[in-house]
Amino acid sequence: MNAPPITDELIAAHGLSAEEYRRIRELLGRTPTIEELGVFAVMWSEHCSYKSSKRHLRKLPTEAPWVVCGPGENAGVVRVGAGKVAVFKMESHNHPSFIEPYQGAATGVGGILRDVFTMGARPVALLDALRFGDPSHPRTRYLLNGVVAGIAGYGNCVGVPTVGGETGFHPAYDRNILVNVMCVGLADEERVFYARAAGVGNPLLYVGAKTGRDGIHGATMASASFGADAEVQRPTVQVGDPFTEKLLLEACLELMARDVVVAVQDMGAAGITSSSLEMAARGGLGVVLDLDAVPLRETGMSAYEILLSESQERMLMVLKAGCEAEAKAVFAKWELDCAVIGRLTDDGRLRAYHRGRLVADLPIAPLTEEAPVYARPATPPKPPLPFRPDPEALSIDPDAALLRLLASPELASKRWIFEQYDHQVMADTVRGPGGDAAVVRIHGTDRGLALTTDCTPVYCAADPRTGGRQAVAEAYRNLCAVGARPLAITNCLNFASPERPEVMGQFEAAVEGMAEACRALRFPVVSGNVSFYNETEGRGILPTPQIGGLGVLEDLELRVDLALGEEGLVLLLLGESRGWLGQSLFQQMLLGREEGAPPPVDLAAEARHGAFVRELAKDRLLCACHDLSRGGLAVAAAEMCLAGGRGARLEAPPPHLAPAAWWFGEDQGRYLLAVRPEEAEAVEVRARELGIAIARVGRSGGDALILEPAPPISLQRLEQAYESWLPAYAEEPQGGLEDQRDAHGGPGA
Amino acid sequence: MRAAVVTFPGSNCDRDLRVAMESVFGVPVRALWHGERDLPKLDLVALPGGFSYGDYLRAGAIAARSPIMAEIVRFARRGGLVLGICNGFQILTEAGLLPGALVRNRGLRFLCRTVDLEVTTTASPFTAAYGEVRHIRLPIAHHDGNYVIDQDGLARLEGEGQIAFRYRDNPNGSTAAIAGVLNRERNVLGLMPHPERAADPRLGNTDGVPLFRSLLEAVHGAGS
Repeated sequence: MNAPPITDELIAAHGLSAEEYRRIRELLGRTPTIEELGVFAVMWSEHCSYKSSKRHLRKLPTEAPWVVCGPGENAGVVRVGAGKVAVFKMESHNHPSFIEPYQGAATGVGGILRDVFTMGARPVALLDALRFGDPSHPRTRYLLNGVVAGIAGYGNCVGVPTVGGETGFHPAYDRNILVNVMCVGLADEERVFYARAAGVGNPLLYVGAKTGRDGIHGATMASASFGADAEVQRPTVQVGDPFTEKLLLEACLELMARDVVVAVQDMGAAGITSSSLEMAARGGLGVVLDLDAVPLRETGMSAYEILLSESQERMLMVLKAGCEAEAKAVFAKWELDCAVIGRLTDDGRLRAYHRGRLVADLPIAPLTEEAPVYARPATPPKPPLPFRPDPEALSIDPDAALLRLLASPELASKRWIFEQYDHQVMADTVRGPGGDAAVVRIHGTDRGLALTTDCTPVYCAADPRTGGRQAVAEAYRNLCAVGARPLAITNCLNFASPERPEVMGQFEAAVEGMAEACRALRFPVVSGNVSFYNETEGRGILPTPQIGGLGVLEDLELRVDLALGEEGLVLLLLGESRGWLGQSLFQQMLLGREEGAPPPVDLAAEARHGAFVRELAKDRLLCACHDLSRGGLAVAAAEMCLAGGRGARLEAPPPHLAPAAWWFGEDQGRYLLAVRPEEAEAVEVRARELGIAIARVGRSGGDALILEPAPPISLQRLEQAYESWLPAYAEEPQGGLEDQRDAHGGPGA
Repeated sequence: MRAAVVTFPGSNCDRDLRVAMESVFGVPVRALWHGERDLPKLDLVALPGGFSYGDYLRAGAIAARSPIMAEIVRFARRGGLVLGICNGFQILTEAGLLPGALVRNRGLRFLCRTVDLEVTTTASPFTAAYGEVRHIRLPIAHHDGNYVIDQDGLARLEGEGQIAFRYRDNPNGSTAAIAGVLNRERNVLGLMPHPERAADPRLGNTDGVPLFRSLLEAVHGAGS
């Protein structure tokens, strides 16, 4: 093959700026080969290098006594007791999922699973945070069907339960949906594997699917905005094979249980190139690759294609020298391809040979450590104007308003989605989708992991700093609400183009807010990813710093649920209610406005309230508990009634608050507790001793929810409102071109 | 009780099934690899749920041709107890040990939920321990659980009392709401619901336990 000349067009097509190209030439002291240009383009892409976000991410706290490994590895690691660690991370697959929803979402699941089992952990749970456009946008239904089918097709086949997540709709995501997938695994603390190469001369073993031409430059695609022709990029989306992933998972864990593996890295973005580079860089070593040894799916692949292919279900391992035969026997049992494709060297360089030719000869440290870092100009977000509603608008019938909110795309039951996911496989799911947090037993013990994903994008758009605080605080609250001790978070920071100062301003403020909350709540960040360029033709998404929270329940016996099961329980509202309606769902759904500031987040109160709820859970005083979030008190009460099949009577609003403000205000740091009547007073006394606001707001009982003085709403009507919207919407045939495409491309039993 | 669970490439309920069986049987349950050509001495072989070979052909079609399946067919013909759950049920129909076939759910979507079932017969080594309890709840999780059989076949199943479980609210379009069937000799059972996911009080449902207890009693006699 004749190497093409490196022209300005070629440089631009690789997403490199003229300045970045100048630096590449300076580092090499010569013109790069086409292969080398490709390697730089990927390693220095926003997706791999975090060049716009790095400076700001340093502000996030990453340490706590229970943190074993923070950001920088394939996933974060925290101690969860009984000698076990949880290994977890969340990642975005936004761009590919918009272009090709089934495969984009499926490979998103595949990638995050590999990040976890790469570290020697068995994946035990998946969660998905999804954002779609306006339900009336012609493409939304197609994308929803495709993404959900893709997640189901992959996760169900691999056999890891999808236990939770969230789904939201907003016109800002019309042309840029978000697919964020979180995976949690478990391992013995002393059996965690890191991606740090060691031992000059040790072989590099390639394992898994063969390398094809799919997904070349996926990382570069994910580092640019869409034009009007996003779908033309379909060939850059990879295709998933969950069956091979399952074999790879079992084979890797089987091999890692023996004493033969030094380091492992999955081949994600930029495939062989980035996995070998990153392992060598962390170990301060070099690597020599024989591209002719790579198992190929297609004939005639060039060195450039082999180096940059993003074919899925592949891993790269550093083995102890002499252990090749043992490793090959394990992979042969699982019918997987494997091949030694290189060795570690001590020269700190990546050298790749193809058909006897040295096609790349690059210094590793500059590629990984001297990637450009940008201090992008940022405009601080403008403070939101206050929400000044017409008092008449707030004097509403709470029953009718509640039914409207429960049937809104934001709040409506997501059963249609989560019933397509196997949330019970592995037989450790103690609380699946639909609770404040999912609870998964730590296999073979009586301990549990509590898991949640949270973010309220409209809050973040109005005030990114408060929104960042709120996202972290809500994750914390959801974990406390099931009785768990919050330990750490992962995140996906989804934003528009960092080249626009107002977007950088949003990003900086959101990260600052998150950092404040993480510090105040002792809830460090142990892994995460940044997804910029979520915009199309200059229109960006709402800033969406998606949080994935993990907590531990030391005794599953002490788990608390939101289901209101018994008659005659006293309902206590914990936390202060000021009737905050700025950016509330009530405003959005009933007044058609998105105005004002989001509710402020008092982090000290948040920590105090969370600790108090956990204490009550430990003392077995809570019959049910639910955090208050979108839709406020009335919605929280309705959700508790629906979960337990039991009604409740809630007292009329206090005189100083308008009905809408009392029922639907979104003040933060609040929980609705159900306690036995004979214990209510003791709980109130304890709260007051701690200076925590607490009020009796009602009682459970009957088969209707009553928001005094409004007429009762039967549970049947509540359920009808809550359960009907999504299935009717998702399955409605519309006849548009997009809808006729088969969104169920995958196989499955 | 000498029992084993087979692992095919792509099985994913094999561990869950072993754990549930061990908790009821009180003895270790063997793990068998699909590539083995000999069966050890056994009372019961169970085929677990999952996606053997990715279900890339018809669900269960390739696994039904694994080396171990020839042995399992012989074992069943000699009267050995064979249980297939979900993908295991699909494999048993593909291997010709059970009549009928499992095709895509009526709604065309994967469905994971806990459903109401009727125990249609207790005259089998798999269901005897349900006794008077005829209404149970078990989880389902499948994409291809729609049981189909022709009219003659259905008449034979009904005539011989081979229908073991029926859905009370048919979630997948199965013929006659069939959720599980026995062979004529009643030593082979296939069912789509997952009793192994309902065998632990911590998970809030133990309606699967009597199925395993039936097997234990069938092998050791009641009272064991």
